[in-house]
Amino acid sequence: MEYFLQQLVNGITLGSIYGLIAIGYTMVYGIIGMINFAHGDIFMIGAFVALISFIIFGLTGVALPIILLLVLLIAMLFTACYGWTVEKLAYKPLRGSFRLAPLISALGMSIVLQNYVQVSQGARVKPMQPLFSGGLEFFKNSEFIVTVSYLQIFIVVLTIILMGIFTYLITKTDLGRAQRACEQDRTMTALLGINVDRTISITFIIGSSLASVAGMMFVLYYGVIDFYIGFLAGIKAFTAAVLGGIGSLPGAMLGGLLIGLIETFWAGYVSLEYKDVAAFSVLIVVLIFFPTGFLGKPDIEKV
Amino acid sequence: MKKQDIIKSFKDSLLTGLIALALFGPIVGLRTASKGEGLFITPQWGIVFLLVGLCILGRFLININSARRTEFKIFSTLSSKFSSITEDKAKHFAITGILFAVVFPFLPFTDRYFMDVAIMILTYIMLGWGLNIVVGLAGLLDLGYVAFYAVGAYSYALIATTFGWSFWICLPLAGLFAAFFGILLGFPVLRLRGDYLAIVTLGFGEIIRIILINWYEVTNGPDGITGIPRPSFFGLPFKRSPDEGEMSFHTFFGLEYSTMHRIIFLYYLILVLALITNYFTLKIRKLPVGRAWEALREDEIACKSLGVNPTNTKLTAFAIGAMFGGFAGSFFATRQAFISPESFTFIESAIIVAIVVLGGMGSQTGVVLASIFLIGITEIFRDLEQYRMIAFGGAMVLIMVFKPKGILANRKPTILMHGDKK
Repeated sequence: MEYFLQQLVNGITLGSIYGLIAIGYTMVYGIIGMINFAHGDIFMIGAFVALISFIIFGLTGVALPIILLLVLLIAMLFTACYGWTVEKLAYKPLRGSFRLAPLISALGMSIVLQNYVQVSQGARVKPMQPLFSGGLEFFKNSEFIVTVSYLQIFIVVLTIILMGIFTYLITKTDLGRAQRACEQDRTMTALLGINVDRTISITFIIGSSLASVAGMMFVLYYGVIDFYIGFLAGIKAFTAAVLGGIGSLPGAMLGGLLIGLIETFWAGYVSLEYKDVAAFSVLIVVLIFFPTGFLGKPDIEKV
Repeated sequence: MKKQDIIKSFKDSLLTGLIALALFGPIVGLRTASKGEGLFITPQWGIVFLLVGLCILGRFLININSARRTEFKIFSTLSSKFSSITEDKAKHFAITGILFAVVFPFLPFTDRYFMDVAIMILTYIMLGWGLNIVVGLAGLLDLGYVAFYAVGAYSYALIATTFGWSFWICLPLAGLFAAFFGILLGFPVLRLRGDYLAIVTLGFGEIIRIILINWYEVTNGPDGITGIPRPSFFGLPFKRSPDEGEMSFHTFFGLEYSTMHRIIFLYYLILVLALITNYFTLKIRKLPVGRAWEALREDEIACKSLGVNPTNTKLTAFAIGAMFGGFAGSFFATRQAFISPESFTFIESAIIVAIVVLGGMGSQTGVVLASIFLIGITEIFRDLEQYRMIAFGGAMVLIMVFKPKGILANRKPTILMHGDKK
């Protein structure tokens, strides 16, 4: 029981990170119908920006909460620049062309970003000293002590706050309305006087910012990053988005949480080596029964 | 050009420079390096300013150029001319290409390095042709094609090292195994469409790779399988000193021993395998099942209402595509004599899909051109080891941006109702 609770806590933490990345996939898919393969690498860049700023602020000796806030903002800002540029360079010229073209362009962009970071930052893994220590301990008198570290609390709380802001943004503001309109019908939205290009750009900016927050959490949580982390985290987050129903925002959060939990429980109870297999196997099984994911809109084919 | 235009484009370039500074500043400018315990930062502002300067200059030139409205005219006319030439002369091109490929090993400038590159290009051409059946003809986006390549390579390696059977027995067996895996994957995913299919095939590719890494008893894990037997020339091995009472290739033909013999043989082997794939594809396109693939790609509902069974049709496409992937895998195993899961990462799948799409979906000649182009790019940048993949990815983006339908956009249906409308 205690072991189960511990795994639950770990799974929710991991799921928060995946969920934040998955939102970027699902938003882009919803609005322009493409798999943004470079999104995982945007996440990786976010992690690097966060790492670099942690090192810089680590030297100044400012208090921890201020450092965290500053790093968060810096990572979001710089990573959003990457998301914006990638969209302008590689996807915008391809809007309206056939379906696979942006996908290949995204694959190319992903290769470019990965190797660009490898060249400029080096191929070695980058370790970082933990900033957080300690945590809350439960079930102290049983055999297995359940630990919820402050870092885990920070990650989950931050995710909940961001998801709250984000949901507000999408459901209540003009920007969100424009975005949902673009999802439904881009031509009609343009006719109604909404700047579609700008809306799409903002989608990329929001998606990249959220991914960069996930990157920052990843740096803090694992303490080690390299230029390759974007790939696995990216495809798992995409799996999460598909599992929840791609194009659906609550679906992305749910999917992220599920993938995080599945992975942790599989690693804890079945086998550590095959934890990555678990996520994909579950995806295949789920898609057999729910071909559009859990919360996806049913796919209506028009003749 | 007016003065205002210049000022405007100058401002625009400065803005570009600002963004470039934001992009390159942290990642390039602040290089993290380990020193003793922990990380330290080494600034590299020189490179950043160089890059930012290049961006400003590049943007400025493009702006001035586009003000004159000739920006990409040269490029597009060139490329359209190119594709119209190749369209018209596709047949001539194919024949010259094959002839060139046949005499290539005996050309005066051909050396070991060229042969290796040629073998690699041919392997990718074969994989591209195999995947073209699934992606180009049947329209099913498969991002895990490398799984079948891996299954082919591993089944060849395991059969050959365990039973010691010859290449020619193992090759069809490996193909069969791969086809079997194709069907295995095909069953659950047939109901999925488009991007769902893409992610499931991607996941399948990863599953196969993770199993290869972790199933230590059979696959020897990350260490891979070594000592895979080399192919023999109809029973004649390519050995310098054959065993007692055994003939070797060079003694049988009375030639001087040379390692090039084996390489030339491998070259012809992959050439023949690739041509078989091509021939098979061209023929099957004209058979009912091939027609059904293309019809399914264009409109699944119409297909169903005309009595085409989508399940069986998709399964055959998966199985046949997988089989050719398996053949290519066997070839890879026998050529390298060593395989490990590292050779079968997602990037390989991405490269093969890129070859098919960049070539122009469904175009056989396009696959050849795209393979030569992409593999050629990485070879040109060989000396700049670190930058070759950047060039590779950049080329993918650029081709898509300028020619979104691929180098040879050939999606003409093989049959038309009222003849060719042109």
